Amino acid sequence: MKSKAGKLGLLIGGAVSVVLLMALSIVYGYTNTSWSMAYHAFTAFDGSTEHLVIQSVRLPRALIAAAVGASLAIAGAILQTLTKNPLASPDILGINAGAGFFVVVSLSLFGFNSSQAFALMAFIGSAVAVFLMFAISSAGREGMTPMKLTLAGAAIAAMFSSFTQGLLVLDEAALDQVLFWLAGSVQGRKLELLQGIIPYLAAGGTLALLLARKLNVLAMGEDVARGLGLKTGLIKLLSALAVVLLAGGSVAVAGPIGFIGIIIPHLAKKWIGTDHRWLLPFSGLLGAILLIAADIGARYVIMPQEVPVGVMTAVIGVPFFIYIARKGIGTK
Amino acid sequence: MKRYSSRRLFSGRISFLIDKHAGKKMAVLLLLLFLLLTASAALGDIKLSLPAVFHTFIGGGTDFDQLVVYSFRMPRMVVALLAGMALAAAGAILQGLVRNPLASPDIIGLTAGASAAVVGFLTIFSNESNALTVSIQWLPLAAFFGAAVAALAIYLFAWKNGVSPVRLVLIGIGVAALMQAIKTMLMILGPIHQAAKANIWLTGTVNGASWKDVAVLAPWTIVLLAAAFLAARHVNIQELGDELAVNAGARVEWQRLLLIILATGLVGGAVAFAGGIGFVGLMAPHMARRLVGSAFGALLPASALIGAMLVMAADLAGRTLFLPLEVPAGVFTAGIGAPYFIYLLFRMK
Repeated sequence: MKSKAGKLGLLIGGAVSVVLLMALSIVYGYTNTSWSMAYHAFTAFDGSTEHLVIQSVRLPRALIAAAVGASLAIAGAILQTLTKNPLASPDILGINAGAGFFVVVSLSLFGFNSSQAFALMAFIGSAVAVFLMFAISSAGREGMTPMKLTLAGAAIAAMFSSFTQGLLVLDEAALDQVLFWLAGSVQGRKLELLQGIIPYLAAGGTLALLLARKLNVLAMGEDVARGLGLKTGLIKLLSALAVVLLAGGSVAVAGPIGFIGIIIPHLAKKWIGTDHRWLLPFSGLLGAILLIAADIGARYVIMPQEVPVGVMTAVIGVPFFIYIARKGIGTK
Repeated sequence: MKRYSSRRLFSGRISFLIDKHAGKKMAVLLLLLFLLLTASAALGDIKLSLPAVFHTFIGGGTDFDQLVVYSFRMPRMVVALLAGMALAAAGAILQGLVRNPLASPDIIGLTAGASAAVVGFLTIFSNESNALTVSIQWLPLAAFFGAAVAALAIYLFAWKNGVSPVRLVLIGIGVAALMQAIKTMLMILGPIHQAAKANIWLTGTVNGASWKDVAVLAPWTIVLLAAAFLAARHVNIQELGDELAVNAGARVEWQRLLLIILATGLVGGAVAFAGGIGFVGLMAPHMARRLVGSAFGALLPASALIGAMLVMAADLAGRTLFLPLEVPAGVFTAGIGAPYFIYLLFRMK
């Protein structure tokens, strides 16, 4: 167990790293810019291409990556505690696929194509998927085992993506428009989009932190928690709400980005312990670090083109997923 | 009274456990399949009367009827039939193998592997003007290759002093996610025309199947189905759990490997010619189990028949309900499969 000072040190270190990486993300990329240029873009804006790129492309991108990374990681941490499943995360449980389907429906059936409409529909889709997951996981006598829930999520994801593909077959124009969004990316989003979503993310994050103590109790097992006087049903409902806000908001801004919700809570637990009051904020910081770093990497892998950052996180995340699956719940 | 009886072949060297009334039930299934075949042949853009279809079946009919039935409709019906059988049989094997009623080729990543290979093929072998630089005939091989790679990866990563069923499924989900990422990546890098083409394929359709396809798919599927039927007797004992199966003298790991190879082969063939028609491998075995019980002697053939009917019905619906639009069969199987899946979840203890 780390001392309080040690944990505080980790948090501060994480926060400093996030700020540093955001600075790197603003300065490095396809358009050649320097540190002084970045500084002047904010202090003495002169309308040059470089300054424009920094203000309207790189800055939103860095902010969005940080916000989305943090939200996904916190949502993953909550889901893992809630379902007692080390593999739970917004993507594995089908939340991302649900959001993707709703976006394509709105685009191809109703012809919405503003990014605000995308965002709203993604938000609704996530909520539907979370609701579906909880309905399914609480059905039956003793609820669902982690294994069953993982499978259920995978099947729900398969179902949603099947519908999505079917719709896209009938509407080729829509395919062109949403393909990049469906891969998950923080590129080319406007700052206004983040401004519209950030209240939801902030609310979700705050709710999560308020629930941290209760989640500690819940982690000891449902019977124990109930014995200690915890209203487990209410806590679960509120936690689910936090997940919808965090995961739905993230998908709305950046599309389905996978694996952050799995990897980060595991790393965070290893370094800072299982107390949710420390775990949740630290997960948030690590999530932000991972997504900003992955996004910077995505610019350089196949320059001048960009890899969608969702592909990057999948490539990093799958080996990790397999590692956990091998050592984790497979042995029970 | 016991529900199952055992049949022995080759002086007891091979025995099957089979539902006592399976014979009658299979006859009913076959009859239904034949009715569906007839309806499929009669309905579509051009409608034929039932007598005309029967007449054509036995070699008569006008030249026009012959053309419609044998050149236009029959190939895609047969491909649908074979693909459905293969997917359903693979699903039945996988469900028995991992002792999990929700396992199916699409959920554990075999279909995703095949899909990624198909998109890769379309991206790599096309030039600036969107034309393929190699023969489209190679596409099926690519699909099979992808499914095999996925299966191999799943099997290798799941290996840890043997392959536990739970680990197998979990690793499968991980591998499926990776394949999905690769696929998305390739679709974005490739020209949009190819992306659209790949997308049609991935949803699953038998549109445009020809006798040439049948000539490749039929022997492949039939041989594998026969092998699966012989190997399926191992599934029943595997369903008891590893320890019991070992105590009963089963060579668990070898049989599991053999069964996985058979399932992969079946899926590869089906995906190669019909694309990723989802949920058939999930639904058909469940329906069959309710009908003929879980003894594999009857379960496997019954699953195959039901799978064939599902895909053929989905294709029939896809090409008749929304004329002149052709909806891929995979959309319908997902449409039926999803509610069915949720029903299964609620019923599960």
